[in-house]
Amino acid sequence: MAEPVLAIRDLRKSFGALKATDGVSIDLYPGEIHALIGPNGAGKSTLIHQICGTLRQDSGQIRLAGQEIGHRTVAERARLGLGRTFQISSLAGEFSALRNVMLAVQAGQGSSFRFFKPVMRDRALTEAAMERLERVGLAARAHVPASELSHGEKRQLEIAIALALDVKAFLLDEPMAGMGPEGSKVLTGFLDRLRQEAPILLVEHDMDAVFALADRISVLVYGRVIATGTVDEIRNDPAVRTAYLGDHA
Amino acid sequence: MTFALLIEQLLNGVQLGVMLFLMAAGLTLIFGVMGLINLAHGSLYMVGAFACASVAALTGSFWLGLVASLAAAAAAGALIEITVIRRLYQRDHLDQVLATFALILIFSEGTRWLFGSFPLYLDIPPLLQGAVGLPGGAQYPVYRLAIILAGALVAFGLYALISKTRLGMRIRAGESDREMIAALGVDIRTLYTLVFALGAALAGLAGAMVGALQSVQVGMGEPVLILAFVVIVIGGIGSIKGALVGALLVGSVDTLGRFLLPQALALMVPPDQAGLIGGALASMLIYILMAIILAVKPRGLFPAQA
Amino acid sequence: MKRENAINLVLLLALLATPFIAQAMGETFTVTLVTRIAILALAAVGLNIALGLGGLVSFGHAAFFGTGGYAAGILASHAMSGEPMLFGFEGSNQMPVVWLAAAIAAGIVSLAIGAISLRTSGVYFIMITLAFAQMVYYFAISWPAYGGEDGLSIVLRNAFPGVNTMRPMEFFLVCFGVLLAALIFSALLRSSRFGAALQAVRQNEVRVASIGISPMPIRLTAFVLSAMITAVAGALYADLNRFVSPSMLSWHMSGELIVLIILGGTGRLMGPVAGAALFVVLEFWLGGITERWQFFLGLILLVTVLFARGGVIGLLAGKERHG
Repeated sequence: MAEPVLAIRDLRKSFGALKATDGVSIDLYPGEIHALIGPNGAGKSTLIHQICGTLRQDSGQIRLAGQEIGHRTVAERARLGLGRTFQISSLAGEFSALRNVMLAVQAGQGSSFRFFKPVMRDRALTEAAMERLERVGLAARAHVPASELSHGEKRQLEIAIALALDVKAFLLDEPMAGMGPEGSKVLTGFLDRLRQEAPILLVEHDMDAVFALADRISVLVYGRVIATGTVDEIRNDPAVRTAYLGDHA
Repeated sequence: MTFALLIEQLLNGVQLGVMLFLMAAGLTLIFGVMGLINLAHGSLYMVGAFACASVAALTGSFWLGLVASLAAAAAAGALIEITVIRRLYQRDHLDQVLATFALILIFSEGTRWLFGSFPLYLDIPPLLQGAVGLPGGAQYPVYRLAIILAGALVAFGLYALISKTRLGMRIRAGESDREMIAALGVDIRTLYTLVFALGAALAGLAGAMVGALQSVQVGMGEPVLILAFVVIVIGGIGSIKGALVGALLVGSVDTLGRFLLPQALALMVPPDQAGLIGGALASMLIYILMAIILAVKPRGLFPAQA
Repeated sequence: MKRENAINLVLLLALLATPFIAQAMGETFTVTLVTRIAILALAAVGLNIALGLGGLVSFGHAAFFGTGGYAAGILASHAMSGEPMLFGFEGSNQMPVVWLAAAIAAGIVSLAIGAISLRTSGVYFIMITLAFAQMVYYFAISWPAYGGEDGLSIVLRNAFPGVNTMRPMEFFLVCFGVLLAALIFSALLRSSRFGAALQAVRQNEVRVASIGISPMPIRLTAFVLSAMITAVAGALYADLNRFVSPSMLSWHMSGELIVLIILGGTGRLMGPVAGAALFVVLEFWLGGITERWQFFLGLILLVTVLFARGGVIGLLAGKERHG
């Protein structure tokens, strides 16, 4: 098998006596959607926070494309290619779709400390951003404030932003949260489009959505990964069934 | 003699700390429960002092004045909560700052309107006049000891109120989950008015008690307000315990700093310069303390819930 | 945006024209009043970079305003007495030198205050900036070398090459020129890459970090730039009054600067100018009617905050839109 894009090794994090993350190791390979599931309180969001850098692990490694990122800031991890995408909140709701993507292009180029040149006259920014918007089919709505876009359009905008950033691995935290029953269908299209850019680590509570979308699944219970495998393997894993699926299946 | 002086300064520090606690407790309670930053809290302190001074002058009784200060500050608090503050809970902090800043202008100028520009004076009640002996031979004013005692009683009372009573239970619930408490059928609007009035009464009490030590004048509340901000930043916003610890810390560091720094510097530089540099440094000491604590614990010593 | 531009232009022209008309009618005091508007507007243009663009509610900008004022006062007093100050520098009565000194001094102070207070946010940030400004205030009061509580007089207004600054009209033009420069800088800043990042950090800090822009350096830079501009205004204010005292550092001053911005319209380019004009005129007008003008100022401010959040520019130009 190829080298994993994102490799988490023996990650540990405790809050007092509670071991929220207890020796977790997960690999994310090129092209896959790897889902991380687990009941409430299993430590999913603690894990996500450590991967994206808002929480610091007690021990263990996080490698992105071979580079250790476990001690870097949120912004540094992002610059190295860790793409955390959000479903609900826009990057800058008051800004137009175009300016949101321009900001991402600017971030990707690594320079925000330019004080005099107006961005709207900076063709390197506007053209690159417009090209991303065209690729996701949002060019016609380029000048609409991001907060006024529909849910679907906001997702298109997220993809355009991701396209501008040169993401190596995506991190998706509970994308189903707050979505209606139609959600999973819309989400499938969204994830398929994202997957063409980079593999996705998907943290999700909703089991049905995960079974429909994921290539592989890891099951987190009390801070430990109790099983990793394909959808079928996980469905039939006795440990998973007793620990987690028991009351669902 | 120096030891006696040190004890005296230490007590002064505790007394200042107690005053600051009365202010900070109200501020931190209001922030914890309602999420509101109230700059006009210093005005309620002033209202308490003016009410006490004028009722004491009218009736000749400090104690009636003290009751009046509690009543007037609580009433002023309830009034502004119902007319203004209530509209600010859902607003951002900038709006809260501005609206309560406007309230300060209104209170200060309104008080000047009613009472004129000259300060009022408030005498220490006969019962609490005089001084007691301290170990080491120094004398310490009874009134200041009484303030410390009053502060301790309030601290204990607040602790009992919040941990033991139904009102306290609702306050704690309101801090952690506003929707839940509304769902429980508690009249949240009345609860907020009550909490605000309680905080106001504590500020008024502080103002009245300090009024007998200093002159009662417009603008007296603002320096105390800013010290109270330092207290709750140090203690952790929303935490009563943090307010108590922070207040005592700020009170003693400020008082002892002003006393000890010039003396310590006198060992190194000529005495007249030591006085100057020491005085200037001492005035900055609590802010430096705040900066250090924030550098280590950005959310204060006793951070309330996330 | 077109309509807002037109309003902005009219405002600037009115600000420029009023002193000339007043001068022609012999109303010299009005020239001073408009100069005051220009200087307070300049201070608020500075604060608006932090507050309007960055969403950083600094309740401590009086510290920078006062630092600028004291820079002007201290340099002038040394230039007057010939007594050397630090490093043998003999002071200066040249405005460009004074402005530079004011900006550098405030830059250093704001870097220290910002580095600590920007670690926090929300109410903490408001209270901490307020507290640090109060620290500077008490320091100025208890440090007797430059007047302490009594303040410091500037005998002769600092000079500007080719201009007689003691003439109200010429001093006004200097102030207006600086205001114009600051407005142009602020306009460029808001449409630049830095401005885009700063405004985005205000809107969604977590999200901006997640695309690889670190919020802290962006905010700190904005805070320091903001302080430096406010300090230059402070230097001019000291020159206007030919006096600097701890009251320039007081927390009322910090509050007033925020009020100017809100009255004018938060985050708008010309909000500070509209707000300063309204504030000074209101102060003057109410002050002429009643001794209790602060009471009514409070009421007006309260009503503005509760019911008219867009300020003057918002009222005239409607909702703000970004390209």
